[in-house]
Amino acid sequence: MDYFVQQLINGITLGSIYGLIAIGYTMVFGIIGMVNFAHGDVFMVSAFIALIAFLILTAWLGISSIALALFVVLIVAMAFTSLINWVIERVAYRPLRGSFRLAPLISAIGMSIFLSNFVQVTQGPRNKSIPPMIQGEFVLLNRDNFPVTLSYKQLIIWGATAALLAAFWYLVAKTPLGRAQRACEQDQKMAALVGVNVDFTISMTFVIAAALAAVAGTMYLMYYGVVTFSDGFVPGVKAFTAAVLGGIGSLPGAVVGGLLIGLIETLWSAYFSIDYKDVAAFSVLAITLIFLPQGLFGRPDVEKV
Amino acid sequence: MRTGATAAQPHVLTALGDASRTAVIAFWLLLPLIGFETVTNINDQLILTTRFPLLAAFVAIAGAGRFVYSFSVAPWLARRALLAPKTAAPSRRDGLRKWLLPFGFGFVLVYPLIAIAAVGKVGAVKWIDNFGNQILIYVMLGLGLNIVVGLAGLLDLGYVAFYAVGAYSYALLAKTFGLTFWILLPLAGVLASFWGILLGFPVLRLRGDYLAIVTLAFGEIIRLIIINWVALTNGYAGIIGIPRPTLFGIPFDASDNGFAAVFGLEFSPVYRVTFLYYIVLALVLLTCFVTLRLRRLPIGRAWEALREDEIACRSLGINTTNAKLTAFAMGAMFAGFAGSFFAARESFISPESFTFIESATILSIVVLGGMGSQIGVALAAILLIGATEIMRQLDFLKHIFGPTFDPTQYRMLLVGLAMVLMMIWRPRGLITTRTPSVFLKERKVISADLVKEGRG
Repeated sequence: MDYFVQQLINGITLGSIYGLIAIGYTMVFGIIGMVNFAHGDVFMVSAFIALIAFLILTAWLGISSIALALFVVLIVAMAFTSLINWVIERVAYRPLRGSFRLAPLISAIGMSIFLSNFVQVTQGPRNKSIPPMIQGEFVLLNRDNFPVTLSYKQLIIWGATAALLAAFWYLVAKTPLGRAQRACEQDQKMAALVGVNVDFTISMTFVIAAALAAVAGTMYLMYYGVVTFSDGFVPGVKAFTAAVLGGIGSLPGAVVGGLLIGLIETLWSAYFSIDYKDVAAFSVLAITLIFLPQGLFGRPDVEKV
Repeated sequence: MRTGATAAQPHVLTALGDASRTAVIAFWLLLPLIGFETVTNINDQLILTTRFPLLAAFVAIAGAGRFVYSFSVAPWLARRALLAPKTAAPSRRDGLRKWLLPFGFGFVLVYPLIAIAAVGKVGAVKWIDNFGNQILIYVMLGLGLNIVVGLAGLLDLGYVAFYAVGAYSYALLAKTFGLTFWILLPLAGVLASFWGILLGFPVLRLRGDYLAIVTLAFGEIIRLIIINWVALTNGYAGIIGIPRPTLFGIPFDASDNGFAAVFGLEFSPVYRVTFLYYIVLALVLLTCFVTLRLRRLPIGRAWEALREDEIACRSLGINTTNAKLTAFAMGAMFAGFAGSFFAARESFISPESFTFIESATILSIVVLGGMGSQIGVALAAILLIGATEIMRQLDFLKHIFGPTFDPTQYRMLLVGLAMVLMMIWRPRGLITTRTPSVFLKERKVISADLVKEGRG
């Protein structure tokens, strides 16, 4: 039981990271109907930016307060990643609107390959590891010499995810930008006719998606303390799985899907086989798409001529 | 006409403004990853070094490039758009096409002999094996994937799984039961196409992009199973000592009943690689021929109709399930052939050869070649794989950029970039003109403009 509780805590932490990435997939899919294959690599790039910002702050500027450093790192990573995703959308996806169906997806695959190899070439192929930023933990239960712990790192991830989701929910539900996004999601031509700047709205969608991916990237770096150029692929596919599981296009669905995938992966590793944990996540993707293509919270996809 | 020309008149200040904006964006874009480098020092600590001159160079290139574009290229494009006549189809290109095919075919046929004549038996092994055989394997994979992606319009990101199935089928059956290459080659194709149907069946209802991701997941699942099922596949270590193909029972080794001894020749590995070259060339030609014939059968027409409009297809009574499944199975079968040939050629296989990057490389061959065009696929494979091999040989670049410079690491970077640029400029690939599969009186080449609109 204690073991289960511990796995639950770990799973929710992992799931929060997946959920943050999954929102990026689901938003972009919702608004332009495209699977942004490069989103996982944008997440990886953001972890690298966070790593570099962290090293500048601690090693060069000598900031000793970890809380301050982490906060600044988060802001810097969000800003730079947003810029990168904005440029990606401008360069690689916008010219393809109105092209044939698979063109944006192929372009995104190319972009994904480009990003991971760009990081490999510029930063080197080796693992980049940093000493743990934050140590310490709460002991929640301690029976039979098996302590169930909630580390500060995990608590920060939970807190940051919850706070950002709240801010993000406010943005989509209550602001003019969110209203424009929902309008574009329903009908771009109509939205343009009533004066919504469609291009700007789509750009902002990519910026928000990247900002959330940057939060996930920073948290990933803080949690694991290590990142390489190829780290975008598997989390990217898992986050996409989360988005599909929750119903692609649905924002609460992405978060719930992320948590579910995190839990499935952690519990599978804990009780069955750690070697096959990725197989479990990929199988969930295949099974969901085959038997429940609209996901848990999504609307069924009506095909029209 | 007149107003358009004045509007397109370049203005230095506008161009300078554009250029400086681009430079500023490029600066912030590249600052983290090019401006700084994370290096592990002797104490195993991660430290930062700066590369500001490099960053400045990239920003300058971006700014200058944008200036040239705004000042001269963009107005020129605008003028050309106004002046260019809409009717195209230059006859010179048709002539080139007519000559290119027989000439290319003849060259491919005698390539090993040319190589031997040019650099001798020892030097030719590298040219035949690294260039010829490797490129032809990729041509074959490209042609196989072309059936799935180019003809049927189903984006398959896990194609390498079938390649792996073919390779492992050959390796395991040959090592366990001692069956020969010529029995296992068709068997590997059958097994791979069986897996194609098995994986294709559940994903039939999915839309294009979902299908892509699910096939990606399947590809990864198969790779992870190969890695983790150590008892069967020996995991990461791979399988060694896979038997090589023989010529009617005559092996290509240095033994007394080997090829060289039987024919009274001096032993040289060049006979083996030449033999392999003609096997894979025959397989490529078979793939080409089968695809060409399939395109004229009802099923091939159904594939192309499916690619253009699935709903229209269904309304016309085409069984889309069968069409999709056969496309999957045919594509997988050729990947199985290629896989068993790969295992036989290398005599060693491991899961390293079947990663997602491999799928992406094959996909980019199909995309760059122009989806649906067979010559395009062959040209793209030569360009992509041949360029990688040539990059490996370019030692003089080390003298320019320093001894640590390795051109091959830029390969996938360029592949990714090429895929994006290709989608923007020529979404239908290098070879945009295509012969229609149905014509009334005379065979006409459809010009690129029409293909782009989806009429090819």
